[in-house]
Amino acid sequence: MLSKKQIFTKGILAVAPHMFSVIPFGIVCGAIGIELGFSPVLVYAMSIIIFGGASQIVFLQLLSGGASALIAVTSVGVINSRHLLYGAVLSEYLEKLSFIKKLLISYLVVDQGFAESNKFFQKNKNETNLHYHLLGSGGTLWICWQISTLAGIILGSFVPEELGLKFAVPLTFIAIVVQDIKKLDHVIVMITCGLSSLLFFDAPFKSYIIISPIIALFVAALVLRLKK
Amino acid sequence: MTWFTIIIAGIITYFMRMTMVALVDRDLLGERVKAVLAYVPSAVFPAIIFPGIFINDYGNFIEMNDPKIFGAIVAILVGYFSRNVIATIISGLFSYWIIIFLL
Repeated sequence: MLSKKQIFTKGILAVAPHMFSVIPFGIVCGAIGIELGFSPVLVYAMSIIIFGGASQIVFLQLLSGGASALIAVTSVGVINSRHLLYGAVLSEYLEKLSFIKKLLISYLVVDQGFAESNKFFQKNKNETNLHYHLLGSGGTLWICWQISTLAGIILGSFVPEELGLKFAVPLTFIAIVVQDIKKLDHVIVMITCGLSSLLFFDAPFKSYIIISPIIALFVAALVLRLKK
Repeated sequence: MTWFTIIIAGIITYFMRMTMVALVDRDLLGERVKAVLAYVPSAVFPAIIFPGIFINDYGNFIEMNDPKIFGAIVAILVGYFSRNVIATIISGLFSYWIIIFLL
């Protein structure tokens, strides 16, 4: 049986390697907001109020490009709708928490934290206090996101663009799913999602980010049926 | 006005995070749905990975000899065998840098 502190620490350590992509992305996100002409306070407030990297950049780009508030809000909603899927997966492990704790911990769920904590949950179903892992992973990501967007706002994009550090984002997610490429069913689902995302890349509101997972999950349901 | 828009976007994002955890009773989901949900990471993250590799900043497809493809292949191989997140990211970045800076 692990103590709360041990589980919390494991959560921190699980997401720590992802800082290679989170921190440069945060700096870019802060710097872009300023370059587009928004006030520093407003750009930073988004990191607290929305707390979702890609959606923050898209939001500011749309508004500065003259899009209506409705379009900007809709895009953020569509881009972040994948969190409904994360929540559905996590709910199994969080169902014993009080309603208030569920409301609070939900705020910390982001891609890398979900991915790493979910892996821990699957392997440690019988532990109590599993949510401390999510607090560790989500809390670490939250703090690093705040610091790095703030750094980008104050210092500008001081990471040289030639380095192409944006490439660290797909690499981070490769690291998350790469062990599943030995399972044929998962490979089928991944390729379905990946190809769909390229096919629907130009769909309105960046909706490829939720259309492709939905298609891939339908394929997953088919695969499950065939396996029986 | 921009502030108001940000707050609305934030509330919507928070509801996406919170709804399934706090408002929906897990027992409402059938066994089949739960089995499908096990595929969520494999069904979601390639939608971030593929465009991040194959589509450039201007929304166009890259050439098949683009250094990002090489970097991604190296990262997949290193990641698969090392099971190490840092090694995966660093190997992908370094192999990408070697091509764009040295070759």
